[in-house]
Amino acid sequence: MDYLPNILFAIILLFGLGFFAKNVQRLVRNIKLGKDVDVSDNKSQRWKNMARIALGQTKMVVRPIAGFLHIIVYVGFIIINIEVLEIILDGILGTHRLFSEPLGAVYNFLIGSFEILAFLVVVSVVIFWIRRNVIRLQRFIKPEMAGWPKKDGNLILYIELILMFLFLTMNGADYQLQQMGAAHYASEAGILGSFPISQFLSPLFDGMSISSLIVVERTAWWLHIVGILFFLNYLYYSKHLHILLAFPNTFYGNLKPKGQFKNLEAVTNEVMLMMDPSADPFAAPAEDAPDPEKFGASDVVDLNWVQLLNSYTCTECGRCTSECPANQTGKKLSPRKIMMDTRDRLQEVGENIEANKGSFVDDGKQLLDDYISREELWACTSCNACVEACPVSIDPLSIIMDMRQYLVMEQSAAPSDLNNMMGNIENNGAPWPFNQMDRLNWAQES
Amino acid sequence: MAELFAAGQQPEVLFWVGCAGSFDDRAKKITKAFIKILNNANVSFAVLGTEESCTGDPAKRAGNEFLFQMQAVTNIEVMNAYGIKKVVTACPHCFNTLKNEYPGLGGTYEVVHHTQFLKQLLEEGKISLEGGTYKGKRITYHDPCYLGRANNVYEAPRDLIRKLDAELVEMKNCKKKGLCCGAGGAQMFKEPEKGDKDVNIERTEQAMETQPDIIAAACPFCNTMMTDGVKNKEKEASVAVMDIAELIATAGDL
Repeated sequence: MDYLPNILFAIILLFGLGFFAKNVQRLVRNIKLGKDVDVSDNKSQRWKNMARIALGQTKMVVRPIAGFLHIIVYVGFIIINIEVLEIILDGILGTHRLFSEPLGAVYNFLIGSFEILAFLVVVSVVIFWIRRNVIRLQRFIKPEMAGWPKKDGNLILYIELILMFLFLTMNGADYQLQQMGAAHYASEAGILGSFPISQFLSPLFDGMSISSLIVVERTAWWLHIVGILFFLNYLYYSKHLHILLAFPNTFYGNLKPKGQFKNLEAVTNEVMLMMDPSADPFAAPAEDAPDPEKFGASDVVDLNWVQLLNSYTCTECGRCTSECPANQTGKKLSPRKIMMDTRDRLQEVGENIEANKGSFVDDGKQLLDDYISREELWACTSCNACVEACPVSIDPLSIIMDMRQYLVMEQSAAPSDLNNMMGNIENNGAPWPFNQMDRLNWAQES
Repeated sequence: MAELFAAGQQPEVLFWVGCAGSFDDRAKKITKAFIKILNNANVSFAVLGTEESCTGDPAKRAGNEFLFQMQAVTNIEVMNAYGIKKVVTACPHCFNTLKNEYPGLGGTYEVVHHTQFLKQLLEEGKISLEGGTYKGKRITYHDPCYLGRANNVYEAPRDLIRKLDAELVEMKNCKKKGLCCGAGGAQMFKEPEKGDKDVNIERTEQAMETQPDIIAAACPFCNTMMTDGVKNKEKEASVAVMDIAELIATAGDL
């Protein structure tokens, strides 16, 4: 009977990790629906970018307040997770503070710093909540944030808050139990761990018997670890995957100048054929020639996998949207919504595949029109402000451009002004209706 | 260019005038100002004239990759035939396209923006900037997206303005965070989508907050947008919108 908690813990742990593995599988499958793109170049630069942008948070601090608070929560979560390792081992082995003996004085220092970090995380999370719900910062109340995205954002803050409180409660009760000399808790080596924050919870536990304190400590301990496993699995259903995906996303981020848009190879082949005087314009395509490639993107499977990874990495912070000139002047375009729509549609396609035993069954929907409207796409000035603003190297502009390519090259559905402009370029080599032969006239004018 | 080529000469640099610089009345003044500086500095240069054609930038940003590549391949054939090595242009859109998107289609040249070129001329002592004209004037500089964020050229134009003895005042959104003028991405050639206001008005308001005498631009399209914005605010009598090349040409009394 004594082993029951250990076994129960092991089962919960395996279930939690197993379900997470399943979600990772889904994630990888969905991302791989994207087209292949070669990002194997410049490995060293890519590692540097990941270290600088994701690990070093260099782009977060462009906005100092949010950046500073984010670093606290980020460092807090990473470092407190060292403690989770001990919690897991204690859970399996039925031990109490397993690392205290081998680590000695260092252990006390570690637990103490975890507590201080936990407290700072609580403070930061509260400020984050106030920014979203009381101050109601512009970028958190844009139309695309209505409903689930807003709830999702708050829910994550609540979970983080609860986890930190459980961690501190667990420590506080433990400290009390150790002082009372409770069996299994107290050690001959003295107090294990140091509790600079949770000691202030002591008044709450005053007068409680050892057995009720154990109930408090065990409850907090169990809820804390189960909460962590829940949070791990909540990621896939939320906007919060950035805590994992920021790393690959910054690694695979664009290394070229931001103004350089890729040249479509399929188009180059066509153009070269047209320019080739020896090509037979009436030649039938070879029997085994593949179907001509679709130009641009109308659905998520037309995008490349890095763009799809981008969409899962987006945590809806809205820095892109708040820097977007179109959005600032009241247009419908919001780069954040482009990313959210891409992810939502990708998720829908993924669920479709799952429901139909591994193959996608046409649902009569696509990313264009059903999610992203043409009005949004045509409002973009391609100024790269959104790309520059993203703290994790997401590129909403590339998706907008791919979708414009589909509209123009597959559907001939450009706004009529742009058709005029393109007609002029075709006919007289300038976006305006001037004669090519007048191109040097300025030299004769005074 | 054709004449030089026929005479068996190779210019040091090709000046890519661009569509705006060739046809737009306002931008033609920038072209002429830049030519004056080049002549004054004895730079050996040529233009393609009637053999130049749109780089294809607005077509590409509008999504017409096909038209872009047709333009690019045609231009590359012309430039390669003349053995062009170095290109300078006063248009950040041409600059970006020639520099970044032409190499993949067979056109590799050393491409510089005219502000970079002018800065180099200054450093080599080929032009001198006698202050005076702009002494004490407040100049704010608007970063063109395709020069700044797109290609990380922020300092060359600013260095030139500082050399003019003028007071360079920055807008609240500048450099990496510079706000677009509203012309990029082929917006120049269409009506804006429905919204609260036009992008160029927003940007002009930011510029006006710095209480400038001159709004300096380094792009013919930004120039148009900012000029329209200033007119919209009925400030054209007190605030001038000028290209960096015009500032320098005027300072040198060329």
